Amino acid sequence: MSTLRVSNDEQALTPRRAYSSRPLSTTQVVRWIISCVIILALVLFILGPLVILFLWAFADAWFYPALLPHTWTFSWWQQILLNGDIGHSILLSFIFAPVVTLVSAAICLPAAYAFARFKFPGQRAFMVSLFATNAFPKMGLYIVMAGLLYTFGLMDTFWGVVLVQLLNTVVVMTWIPSAAFAAVPRELEDAARDAGAGLWTTFWRVTLPLARSGIMVALILSFLASLDEAQGTFLVGSPDYITMPTQMYTLVTSYPQQAAAVFSIVLSIPSFVLLLLVRKYILGGTLAAGFRLR
Amino acid sequence: MAKLVLEGIVKHLGGRPVVNDLHLDVKSGEMICLLGASGCGKTTTLRMIGGFLAPDAGRMLLDDVSILHLPPEKRPTAMVFQQYALWPHMDVFHNVAFGLQVRRVAKQEIRRRVQEVLKLVRLEQFARSYPAQMSGGQQQRVALARALVLEPKLLLLDEPLSNLDSKLRIQVREEIQEIQRRVGITAIFVTHDQEEALSISDRVAVLSEGKLEQYATPDVLYRDPATLYVASFIGTMNLLRGSVQGQGVAIEGTVVPCAQFPAPIDGTLDIAVRPEDVRIVDDGGVPAHVIQRIPRGHYQELVLSAQPGNIRAFVSNDIRVGEQVQFLFQRALLYRDEKLVRAGVAVS
Repeated sequence: MSTLRVSNDEQALTPRRAYSSRPLSTTQVVRWIISCVIILALVLFILGPLVILFLWAFADAWFYPALLPHTWTFSWWQQILLNGDIGHSILLSFIFAPVVTLVSAAICLPAAYAFARFKFPGQRAFMVSLFATNAFPKMGLYIVMAGLLYTFGLMDTFWGVVLVQLLNTVVVMTWIPSAAFAAVPRELEDAARDAGAGLWTTFWRVTLPLARSGIMVALILSFLASLDEAQGTFLVGSPDYITMPTQMYTLVTSYPQQAAAVFSIVLSIPSFVLLLLVRKYILGGTLAAGFRLR
Repeated sequence: MAKLVLEGIVKHLGGRPVVNDLHLDVKSGEMICLLGASGCGKTTTLRMIGGFLAPDAGRMLLDDVSILHLPPEKRPTAMVFQQYALWPHMDVFHNVAFGLQVRRVAKQEIRRRVQEVLKLVRLEQFARSYPAQMSGGQQQRVALARALVLEPKLLLLDEPLSNLDSKLRIQVREEIQEIQRRVGITAIFVTHDQEEALSISDRVAVLSEGKLEQYATPDVLYRDPATLYVASFIGTMNLLRGSVQGQGVAIEGTVVPCAQFPAPIDGTLDIAVRPEDVRIVDDGGVPAHVIQRIPRGHYQELVLSAQPGNIRAFVSNDIRVGEQVQFLFQRALLYRDEKLVRAGVAVS
């Protein structure tokens, strides 16, 4: 036993390692290198175009084969942000997005609650049919819708564009809140009713606050869907209602690269900011829970 | 406080009758229990009283007034749910105050009443805590406070102790009983645990498959179970089959000496004997040998193997496994067609 005992001095001089220090084998090194290469390639593939976009937004003169622009400038930012038409399209985008989100919420949230709490015939079929908007090529849907809107005189009107943009929000605004509502234990609602709260008070003070995160995600995703909607708005909104994505078509075809680059960044900022806000919920599984079929 | 009367309550769920022609009366200030195995209809009945389910038929009268047409928010009942159902996004104060706020009671009044009821359940210092920060027993008390603050006529408890560990269960059930007695409120609670039911209820209603088997005080339920179901459900019971023969009961060809029955009964009967009524004697009994001995603290449970079958007995003296003993029955309950026909008189 005495052979195992180490004196205090020796213990201080030989610190113990927290891990074993075996040398790495060849296969481990190779695997490590390959994964680094793959990750690097992915990063370049995803971030590369974004970096180039940023470079273009501040570039003055940039010709092949230079890796970086020869001269830099802010002038394109000035041009874009001070341009009346473009400014107008930015404003319109930010008017349509909240309107579409609110209308979508008003229509879809009650439906989401019904899907979550009640049992009625054809329930599942109904929920799945909402996906139909995503199943068909959007252009086809829009052309048919345009025909209908034309009949009702809604082409080139504010509400016509709202209707078209609503299409993209329906799935998100029904499925995700429905999962959020269903996740609220029924007992909590029963307890509220037992305490004297009617249906509306129960919904407002118990169900809604507890489903808040799912609904926030749905609201933000709808907002973004409306901001990004290009084809339908282009079809229905021209020529009076030009939103940012529609404006983008003109910019890309009739203006130099720099203008389009600046505009792309301006268009991406709200999406980026909102997604940052929502990332906690997306990572937390709200999205996954929302798209599970019950 | 209020009295409740259920008459002819029927409820079908999924095609089968979950509650079948139930008649029940609860006296004012009484605490009664609905006891039974899962699926017997006890929770369904409680939910019908609370207003969450509507019966298919029958009458429900609270203080002689029908309450069937009232939705849960309008009924003068308050329920303590099995999983407590405390609202996680509100603190204890607001959980308890919710009902009062909905009724638009004045702020000062709300504060006073909430403090009062929190004092009753001994949770005054937790007013600002959130349910997630509290233990099961404490959450249970908040749920109770929330129900009581509304001064309901009827308190309903849905398996209030099933989520607690056994030691806590005993403590909390006694607290519930104490609070119920102090406030004097009429209460109905549901459980599948017969020990719980017998220890704190004034009366117990044993339910099986939607029908009321027996509704009596715990003592009567234990001593004179009216049906074979109740006999086997409450406590431990030896269940045998045989007939009355002279001074005993004949089971599997052996006559076990038993109490004298005032008048002889014919036919084959179900015979139920409590283990404490199986007496070990020095002679004059049926031979058996001990095959199992389970220590139970201040007494022992023995399993005897004898001609009539395996018999459980409670004894207080030390008897080893493998010993040969003789036994007889001090008291036996006789059942024909599941109904009690004769309760034996104990013989000294």
